Amino acid sequence: MNEQSVPLPASGAARPAARALPDRLADWLPKIVLAPTVVITLVAVYGYMIWTALLSLTNSRILPVWKFIGTEQYTKLFANERWDVAVGNLVLFGGLFILTCLVIGVLMAILLDQKIRAEGALRTIYLYPMAISFIVTGTAWKWLLNPGLGLEKTIREWGFESFSFDWLVNPDMVIYCLVIAAVWQSSGFVMAMFLAGLRGVDQDMVKAAQLDGASMPKIYRRIILPSLKPVFFSAFVILSHIAIKSFDLVMALTGGGPGYASDLPATFMYQHAFTRGQMGLGAASAIVMLGGVLAILVPYLYSELRGKKHG
Amino acid sequence: MVKSQQTLNQRLLRYGLYAILGVAALVYLMPLWVMLLTSLKDVEEIRSGTLFSLPGSLNFDAWAKAWSGACTGSTCEGIAPFFGNSFKIVIPAVAISTLIGALNGYVLSMWRFRGSELLFGAMLVGCFIPFQVILLPMARMLAMLGLANTVTGLVAVHITYGIAFTTLFFRNFYVGLPKELIAAARLDGAGFFFIFRRIVLPLSTPIIVVCVIWQFTQIWNDFLFGVVFSGGDTQPVTVALNNLVNTSFGGKEYNVDMAAALMAALPTLVVYVLAGKYFVRGLTAGAVKG
Repeated sequence: MNEQSVPLPASGAARPAARALPDRLADWLPKIVLAPTVVITLVAVYGYMIWTALLSLTNSRILPVWKFIGTEQYTKLFANERWDVAVGNLVLFGGLFILTCLVIGVLMAILLDQKIRAEGALRTIYLYPMAISFIVTGTAWKWLLNPGLGLEKTIREWGFESFSFDWLVNPDMVIYCLVIAAVWQSSGFVMAMFLAGLRGVDQDMVKAAQLDGASMPKIYRRIILPSLKPVFFSAFVILSHIAIKSFDLVMALTGGGPGYASDLPATFMYQHAFTRGQMGLGAASAIVMLGGVLAILVPYLYSELRGKKHG
Repeated sequence: MVKSQQTLNQRLLRYGLYAILGVAALVYLMPLWVMLLTSLKDVEEIRSGTLFSLPGSLNFDAWAKAWSGACTGSTCEGIAPFFGNSFKIVIPAVAISTLIGALNGYVLSMWRFRGSELLFGAMLVGCFIPFQVILLPMARMLAMLGLANTVTGLVAVHITYGIAFTTLFFRNFYVGLPKELIAAARLDGAGFFFIFRRIVLPLSTPIIVVCVIWQFTQIWNDFLFGVVFSGGDTQPVTVALNNLVNTSFGGKEYNVDMAAALMAALPTLVVYVLAGKYFVRGLTAGAVKG
């Protein structure tokens, strides 16, 4: 906003009234270049959002039917036991996933920030899962967590005969399988964010505290971690965004099962809108998801923008 | 700290630190290692051994079957055709979305006009919406345009929802370029595209690399758009892999599953290993927008 573009030389006051066509075209060129994206965004982001919102007010099943029935689909949605399970799962999965990633991320970043010799190689190893598709992650962990042949059998053969690990087929525990796989995939990324944050901490303040005789744990608690608050905030927003959008991982690792014990809103929406012919209900669930994302995002963007104006 | 000051205690702490980091590295590597081992075993070895037991001999049968013989839903041609589909989708989608992003970023940083910041903000929303909210209308639109279940349709979808990110990358990069450079060229009468081609683009290599890697990873790894908007023979490799793993004809062949999963992961892993620095930069730039 404060970076005003340089005025075009062509727009000076002393120029003839009738401007050559190429000049006028040149003035319009930036807008013309941007126009396709603006149109695409208007249609495919905002237009589609409105379309879905309207659809959620109809009783469409397999095909869109524009017969409006008010908020009946939302009433049905909130009374739907399966949606209840999906939302409960998201809260549990999201909460554990975010918390574990943040804890692992901070700890590993602090450990890696101690002038470690092979830091580059270690960082590469911690972060590589982030380059892989959630479908591959789900496939790999589905095999590792396989009750008959996976880790369970391996640990039994190592001598722990009574070891039992059947979370993948246990409706009460299956959601933790999603947490394990998702943490494996994303915690390295959180670590990288915190590491970048640690490198930006004011070293003079740390040195001053050391001269005052403060112990390292105290310095971390009082100076370094508080200064990482923005990183915590960003990581929280990104991780909750990943959690709400989680779809691939569920499809590959559990398929939402056993039964619908590991459904999340994203899989609920997909199943109702595309395979069960409940388009209106699916649209309503999508709009509720959008509401959830906005509830997290709007305060974040607001504080970011405010911070910028003040800083 | 001078070396001679190091006490025994500090040295032990140091060893402990390396031990923790080393164990953590093993934990992160374990799934990849197990996948590789499993893919090289035969079904009998999988049944009798543990996850970590080594295969008796190097046996690439599972890889061959995953590539060209395994069943992925209705067909049994392995994942090779779908691997090809993914490339057919990724290459044009990455190229076009990067080009559009570069031009948009150039306009939004160096040719601002009244309301351009507002438009930029409005575009950014595209980075954050849960895609569930656009799936149904997009499916209708593709059907209306005759692009349902086509590679072209998927390319269009990936471009549509990729340009918000690519624009963000380039705009934030160009804002950091010295203003004088462009101002001087404009005073000399250089036009919009001339400045872009001759001055801005040659300076853009790092951000082009970041953007291409980001888009490549995103689109290669996509599953949601693939499963919703593609049909039988136009599916990307992620959808085929999921079908392969969840198709149950007779006994499960975990070795074939793992070989197929490794193949699907290989392109993005190679990019990551070759250009990890840029990958991380894209992650943070795409995630923590400035």
